Amino acid sequence: MVKKSTRLLALAAAALLSLPLQAQTPRNGGELVFPVPSEPPSYDGHREETFGLIHPIAPFYNTLLRVDPNDRSGTKPHPSLAESWTVSQDGKTYTFKLRRGVKFHDGSDLTSKDVKASYDKIIFPPPGVGSTRKGQYADVEKVEAPDPGTVVFRLKEPSGSFLASLLSPYNFIYKADILAKDPHWYEKNIMGSGPFTFVEHVKGSHVLGKKNPNYWDKGKPYLDGFRAIFMRESAAQVAAVRGERAHIQFRGFTPKDRDNLKSALGDKITVQESPWDCILMVAINHEKKPFDDKRVRRALTLALDRHTGSKALSQIAIVKSIAGVQVPGTPFATPPEELNKLAGYWTDAEKSRAEAKKLLKEAGVPEGFSFTFKNRGIPMPYEPLGVWMIDQWRRIGLNVRQEVIEAAAYFGVVRKGDFEVAMDFQCGYIVEPDLDMYKFLSSDRNPANYGRYKDPVLDQLYDQQSRETNVEKRKQIIRQFEKRLLEEEAHYLMTLQWHRIIPHSSKVKGWTITPSHYLNNTLDTVWLTE
Amino acid sequence: MAYYILKRLLAMIPTLLGVAVLIFLLLRVVPGDVVEARYLTQGSQFQSQDLMDLERKKLGLDQPLWKQFTSWMAGIARLDFGLSMWTGAPITEEIKLRFALSLQLAIMASLIAQVLAIPLGILAAVKQDTWVDYAVRVFSIAGLATPSFWLGILMILTMLIVFKWIPPMVFTPLWVNPWENLAQLIWPALAVGYRYSAVGTRMMRSAMLEVLREDYIRTARAKGLWLKLILARHALKNAILPVLTVMSLEFAFLLGGLVVTEQVFNLNGLGMLFVEAISHRDYTLTQALVMLVATFFLFVNFFVDIAYAWIDPRIRYR
Repeated sequence: MVKKSTRLLALAAAALLSLPLQAQTPRNGGELVFPVPSEPPSYDGHREETFGLIHPIAPFYNTLLRVDPNDRSGTKPHPSLAESWTVSQDGKTYTFKLRRGVKFHDGSDLTSKDVKASYDKIIFPPPGVGSTRKGQYADVEKVEAPDPGTVVFRLKEPSGSFLASLLSPYNFIYKADILAKDPHWYEKNIMGSGPFTFVEHVKGSHVLGKKNPNYWDKGKPYLDGFRAIFMRESAAQVAAVRGERAHIQFRGFTPKDRDNLKSALGDKITVQESPWDCILMVAINHEKKPFDDKRVRRALTLALDRHTGSKALSQIAIVKSIAGVQVPGTPFATPPEELNKLAGYWTDAEKSRAEAKKLLKEAGVPEGFSFTFKNRGIPMPYEPLGVWMIDQWRRIGLNVRQEVIEAAAYFGVVRKGDFEVAMDFQCGYIVEPDLDMYKFLSSDRNPANYGRYKDPVLDQLYDQQSRETNVEKRKQIIRQFEKRLLEEEAHYLMTLQWHRIIPHSSKVKGWTITPSHYLNNTLDTVWLTE
Repeated sequence: MAYYILKRLLAMIPTLLGVAVLIFLLLRVVPGDVVEARYLTQGSQFQSQDLMDLERKKLGLDQPLWKQFTSWMAGIARLDFGLSMWTGAPITEEIKLRFALSLQLAIMASLIAQVLAIPLGILAAVKQDTWVDYAVRVFSIAGLATPSFWLGILMILTMLIVFKWIPPMVFTPLWVNPWENLAQLIWPALAVGYRYSAVGTRMMRSAMLEVLREDYIRTARAKGLWLKLILARHALKNAILPVLTVMSLEFAFLLGGLVVTEQVFNLNGLGMLFVEAISHRDYTLTQALVMLVATFFLFVNFFVDIAYAWIDPRIRYR
């Protein structure tokens, strides 16, 4: 009797222990449905910049490398078409060994010739062909394909960011023969080697993909297919998830949407959250007085009580973390205790404001000085952040008028320098210092520096960190860059890091949030429980 | 009559030309262009002036304005509206896709509006100052005061909360699956049709009240003619003319003006296309859409005028 009950207990324990394992065993089948708030203008990843291309089109393609689909920081390189890679001693030659037996959807073999042709199109586009990411590969001297299974990138200088730049989800590998005949072919056609094959795109409506039965990663994808539905209105996207007509929206919802979905659907909704690799910054026009004076700029950053702001704004807007030049929690980010030493990041708001008032007085800026803050006509999160900053600046005696400019017209205004202080923003496909800090280089090196300043010291620090392959040394240089940019010169002000909130159907498994809404959209690891 | 029709048709040409000049210039006065919308709005770190110049050249935006205008006009003369600057697809293809949905929605909303407006308007006029009249007036004033998109949001929320159901998100043509098609379009048609019917009801009521006070109606009543016959044969024909004008213009508006309602119900219609074309600064597509809607308005007006003569034989055009 004792023996029998012991055996029963053991069986019950074994069954209980095996439950989580069974629950995590991917299930084959089903169609993943997701709304996409934007539609791709063309299908060419080398040419476009919108996530509206990545979400519905990335599942049709492979890239040379990808980020580890389980890495929440979205920064770890992971094999994709390249099985392995080596870096030469001098850091100038990267050799990639390609996976054998990979086929395009038309049945032809994918070889190093295709990788070379794709990267040549990105880095050295032929006349008349646009490549939006060409500037990221300025260090690349040439791409070689010595044999069908090997690709070699030769750089002019060693680079700390080169490997990360190959993680770009936009760098689809196209077929060399097609590119040779017509480099524009991929703008209007889709033919890759990805886990899903293209079925249809009804403009303004949806993109349909079905499982690639010959996918090189055997057993994947788990889904039978996917349906990406273009849906501009966020209320409609939330209703789609709430009405269980859609499983997930990969860009992000607001805190209020998250709370509404959670209270309506309870356990049927799983929420994943992460700091988001997008940030609103304040561009201060150095060509306008009194903003050419760094004391005034520093007063503007000191006025912002980021710690209280974070707590309040994160309840109503898609912002949360206090950040420097890197997304908090990622490898090169400054730890909070160190960041809080920078002017404007102090935890004592009264001390900051007193210092700000003192600096304004020294700079000869009178109490009640007024200026115009130009904001972009997009409600979330531009509007709440704009209102918050105006209130913060009022507390140091500045009188700020907000002028909201229609979203598409906005960049024409800031590029011309027709502003005193303006909202600016940046979104990256991956958290990487070279990409995230390029924005702040002198205006003669980067036209996207709307502060219109020239700072050779900052440029030098950028170049130094870019060449540095030792991670710890690179971190130190990045700290110096950050201190100069945000405190010493206060060229730009950081507001709060965006916060990505993905409430999705609990049926969706195998998808991990990252700070970038451009990553993890190949859908090969995603599966549905029912 | 034939002369009148020809005159009206010819008069459309300068009107459309005026619209063309106006929209062409207005679009270029607004800051930003399609290249900026494509390459600057995503917040990417690397911006290349060379790339932007290349794209502008490809789209012909580096040409002088008069050249851009004449080549657009020459295209229209050949019924070639060109390519969308945003997608590179033929504009006729972009519009054709959305036209079926918008037209069906406009027809459904019009039918709902007319089925409600005409009988309710007559009833309110006949039963003036009774509870029936008050009820109809409350119904129509509420319709005027309620934006269609807001009613649409309420409908969706009610369906979600009460029935745990929302309409399909992808358009299915009527001939492919009528049930699926109606399940998607009946709700926006009701939301839009209600507001539309409110305008018609009020117009119908006031026009009918005016006609019912006419001498010939009093004479008809005095000689003991049956009320339904008086209304149908004598009053309605005279009262319907202003209603017809208002409802026709509303119908023309529905074709491209349901922007927010289309967003709420995620309908892939002309209204959404309009908004996207403007926000992308897609000049060619916006111009084509404006021309389409302007032509539609002109033709609706034209047919209404012709219908006037058919309904009221006293009206003769020369």
